[in-house]
Amino acid sequence: MRYVQEFRDPKAARALLAEIGRVLDQIGATRESPVHIMEICGGHTHAIFRYGLDKLVPEGLEFIHGPGCPVCVLPMSRVDECVEIAERPEVIFTTFGDAMRVPGTRKSLMQAKAGGADIRMVYSPLDALELARRNPGREVVFFGLGFETTTPSTALSIQQAAREGLTNFSVFCNHITVPPPIKALLDDPHMVLDGFVGPGHVSMVIGTRPYDFIARDYGKPLVVAGFEPLDLLQSVLMVLTQIRDGRAEIENQYARVVPADGNPVSLAAIADVYEPRPTFEWRGLGEIDASGLRIRDAYRAWDAEEKFGIGYGAGRARVVQEPEGCACGMVMTGRCKPVDCPQFGTGCTPEMPLGALMVSSEGACAAYYQYGGARAPQAAE
Amino acid sequence: MCLGIPGQIVAITDADRLMAMADVSGVRREVNVACIADGPLDGLLGSWALIHVGFAMSRIDEDEAARTLEALQGLGEAQETLEAMADGARALEGTQ
Ligand code: SF4
Repeated sequence: MRYVQEFRDPKAARALLAEIGRVLDQIGATRESPVHIMEICGGHTHAIFRYGLDKLVPEGLEFIHGPGCPVCVLPMSRVDECVEIAERPEVIFTTFGDAMRVPGTRKSLMQAKAGGADIRMVYSPLDALELARRNPGREVVFFGLGFETTTPSTALSIQQAAREGLTNFSVFCNHITVPPPIKALLDDPHMVLDGFVGPGHVSMVIGTRPYDFIARDYGKPLVVAGFEPLDLLQSVLMVLTQIRDGRAEIENQYARVVPADGNPVSLAAIADVYEPRPTFEWRGLGEIDASGLRIRDAYRAWDAEEKFGIGYGAGRARVVQEPEGCACGMVMTGRCKPVDCPQFGTGCTPEMPLGALMVSSEGACAAYYQYGGARAPQAAE
Repeated sequence: MCLGIPGQIVAITDADRLMAMADVSGVRREVNVACIADGPLDGLLGSWALIHVGFAMSRIDEDEAARTLEALQGLGEAQETLEAMADGARALEGTQ
């Protein structure tokens, strides 16, 4: 096999792959009629391509790459709003480096920085807090981006700013949550999904109970997985075993890190600072009910939307058309593969991304481009 | 951005703000320990945690830390995180 020797334990990987093949046979899955498993987390997408798992698994299994890369689902209008805030002379705009190259309609943050805006890549919202302390005459805005794994970090930072009375710090909140888009995908009549591999680090914060509806209401299995290749293979096997046995349960392969109830301190901070927005726009998926968070009124002094009168803070966010010829939405809902996009590798590359799925190593198109996504004719030993 | 990186808590730097120094693959970085502080902060010294954008999110054992680090290195994400930490330091100095 092509990559198995790179695994921490190649023997265990081979045994898992053989067992996956056996269970797929028992299910009766074939190349023509495969089992579709969605990995929700972008970190899993990256690992699947990096280790060639999509090619190593038998043909009766098809991975559908889920919407779990926060950079990839960020709508263009929000990037435009970032640029609008960042170009104000009094602002120091701080962001994770991942977001720098996401294209907006006018420009990316990278281009805005080249044009003179004071944009700084930080590792943590704590860096932004420190910048605010050191620059009392400037407005320091942090671009709050990400799922439940990063949400506690901005919530705790806002609480800290409030304690210190640090009013020149604010967060442009684009935090999103994992369960609502899964529900939206399950409600989509075009979607053919048989089960899920659930995100590990998101679940470390929220626990496993928020996924219960997937098994209860939709009859689909979900297994929370670590992101080591062996974790992934084992989780896939657990999903397939449930399908074979006619079960639909929420199982936890990553129990060594993920407690069923999540992390109480993180959850309390999120609940204190944030509340769900009625609806939030996802690139490629459209508006999804209760899928985004906004800063509660009690903390409005630290809400960049309120402070600068921008975006959802100014009423409705603007919905912007995606660029011509971009198939991001189709790829994101599993309706086509990255290589089927007419722009793939020509109009859209990691150096010059047209769509957001090409920006981050967690995006399906960038992972395809970097590691090659086509199934080898025969995954030979 | 979405994956945490293992770090070892080596000192408490500001107990009021729940801040500690962590050693992340040989790089020292101040992190917030609110999410793992379930007793006196000194109890955290020497322990391992998954650190996510500057916040220690979950205590892990040394074995899990080693496995996770290896997986992150395989993905190139460990290097990316260390570069992001260096970016953060430069951002504070205004030298980006
Ligand atoms: S190749 Fe580019 S434009 Fe096409 S779907 Fe992927 S990210 Fe979108």
